[in-house]
Amino acid sequence: MIETALADLTYGFGVALEPHNLMWCIVGVLVGNMVGVLPGMGPLATISILLPLTFGMKPVAAILMLAGIYYGGQYGGAICSILLNLPCHPPHAVTCLDGYPLTKQGKGGTALGITVISSFVGASWGITEMIFLAPVLVQVALQFGPAEVCSLMLLGLLAGSTLARGSPLKGIAMTVLGLLIGLVGADLETGVPRLSFGILELYDGVEIVALALGLFGIAEFMKSINQEIKIDLKYSNVRVRDMWPSGPDLKQSILPMFRGTLIGSLCALIPGTGPTIASFVSYATEKKISKNPGKFGTGAIEGVACPEASTHSSVQGDFIPTMSLGIPGDTTMALLLGALMIQGIVPGPQLISQHPDIFWGLIASFWVGNIALVILNVPMIGLWVKLLTVPYKYLYPSALFFVCIGVYGANNDMFQVGETMVIGIFGYILLLLGFHPAPVLLGFVLGPRFEENFRRAMLISRGDLGVFVERPISAIFIGLCCVLIGAQVFLWLRRMRKSAKGPVDEIVPQAPQPPATSPAE
Amino acid sequence: MFKIKKDYYAGGLMILLGLIAAIEGQNYNIGTLRQMGPGFFPVALGVLLIFLGLLIAGTSLGTSDEEEHILPERLEWKGWFCIIAGPALFIIFGKLGGLVPATFACVFVAALGDRSTTVKGALILAAGVTVFGVVLFSYLLKMPMPVLKWGLS
Repeated sequence: MIETALADLTYGFGVALEPHNLMWCIVGVLVGNMVGVLPGMGPLATISILLPLTFGMKPVAAILMLAGIYYGGQYGGAICSILLNLPCHPPHAVTCLDGYPLTKQGKGGTALGITVISSFVGASWGITEMIFLAPVLVQVALQFGPAEVCSLMLLGLLAGSTLARGSPLKGIAMTVLGLLIGLVGADLETGVPRLSFGILELYDGVEIVALALGLFGIAEFMKSINQEIKIDLKYSNVRVRDMWPSGPDLKQSILPMFRGTLIGSLCALIPGTGPTIASFVSYATEKKISKNPGKFGTGAIEGVACPEASTHSSVQGDFIPTMSLGIPGDTTMALLLGALMIQGIVPGPQLISQHPDIFWGLIASFWVGNIALVILNVPMIGLWVKLLTVPYKYLYPSALFFVCIGVYGANNDMFQVGETMVIGIFGYILLLLGFHPAPVLLGFVLGPRFEENFRRAMLISRGDLGVFVERPISAIFIGLCCVLIGAQVFLWLRRMRKSAKGPVDEIVPQAPQPPATSPAE
Repeated sequence: MFKIKKDYYAGGLMILLGLIAAIEGQNYNIGTLRQMGPGFFPVALGVLLIFLGLLIAGTSLGTSDEEEHILPERLEWKGWFCIIAGPALFIIFGKLGGLVPATFACVFVAALGDRSTTVKGALILAAGVTVFGVVLFSYLLKMPMPVLKWGLS
């Protein structure tokens, strides 16, 4: 098994190191790193904005770049948390708790150094996991019939919507809304235009770029306008040589680093639990097993190492179900799958055998990208900090232009700019009503395949819904769905009882709330 | 006393959207479970969304009885208007005059949405983005949108 993996990996490096692909991979991680630092812009918005630019590129280069933005953004988000106490990127919110006190003590450089090392350790483990686990998963998934695929998608959708931020009920409603938006356009089997209300341009369906940019571009601009964030650059003078952690610091953070990595990789395997949950769980664990938990929150280096390692291991692990099963764990992954589909590539277990260049090239590019990030991150931190001073009032009009031209460029069609505008207004209304619109995209991307498989499963079983519980693998997935729903109902009932008695106890450690300009994630 | 809550509207909106989908879906052939028609999924999802909307509104009945505001504390009508006007102007000027006027109008008006931006600042920003946009999209990426033109064609 190790030999085939090595041979495949060598092949992957061949793909990733082709000058063209290498260039786009580096561009991706750099852009990701940059927007990760900028408050008010996140990987999700950036991938949406740059998505149209990739239409003209080869599939491998496109996916390497877009993936690079995602994990590159995680490195940037940590800088923002540690130096400025701005938890703009949800997975790094918990890093603020100990990262910023360290910065105030003048040890910001050390914290950043430890972050880079932990991130690399976490990411390396996530990638290794992907190399060995993905082919195994594919072997299992190739046996799946339509019923199994359907139940698995149901589990993915349910987990993605209930475990994300905000009320689970609203999350599910958003997913269903996404599924409905995915129905718009001609029916796959009969060609009947559905839910298009006589608008000719909608016969081809809603464009994924328009949906993503409306929800994560325009709606977010409307939410963030005139919400100045106070940026305090007092402590952010970090020199490169401060970043080498001292021996004791390193020794202190090695074990937390490995524990964080483990937690992150476990979280990646449960669909729907992305990096944000991983970092919170690992911080809480680290605090619990520490000999002096009182140290946490005042600048414990373990409180930086552990959540960062787990974030990165979970970010890389997130790619496993996405690439091997075609089931995205969260919205960013759904967007990447959308990018693959635009390139004409059908996601699913056949991806590795049909497009080995994409799969192994992507894995190899993770190594290349992570090494590039470690090398680049260190000398460029000064530059990133300067970038932080670019005010949002210059950022959003420029980004709005990129939104317009990007949507137009996708199909050279002005109608879609209008579509984006309408979706943007609608998205802002959803935000005002307390919805987090991210799961809409998850439903939208999975919707058509879900319907296709559901219809096929029903055709095979002659309309017997029992097929989903009669086949053992499918029954397991359905069982997990029931557990998820049951757990949510249980939590809700407990909350209701507690709120009747008194104040609610928080289970997760309370991190500083993200400022108003947090990206939808 | 009846208090207005965010979740009543949130649930109501979902019920409305579900109704639209379910009613519109009946115009297509629904079929049977065994042989599903194009109308099956819209109707099924629409009904599900109505159900979820009822749950959202229903579960908020028992919670705290403070009045909730739906609009944010500070109303940014000007900002919201300017952001929406950006893409709208991009469409109009893009159809009439090409990339340069479309970009300029979009960025200029959107920039004015911020309270501290001056007209001069917005002009400079719009000019800068226009130059950058033309170089990147017209010359480097060869997007088939005319840089400058006159009238509908």
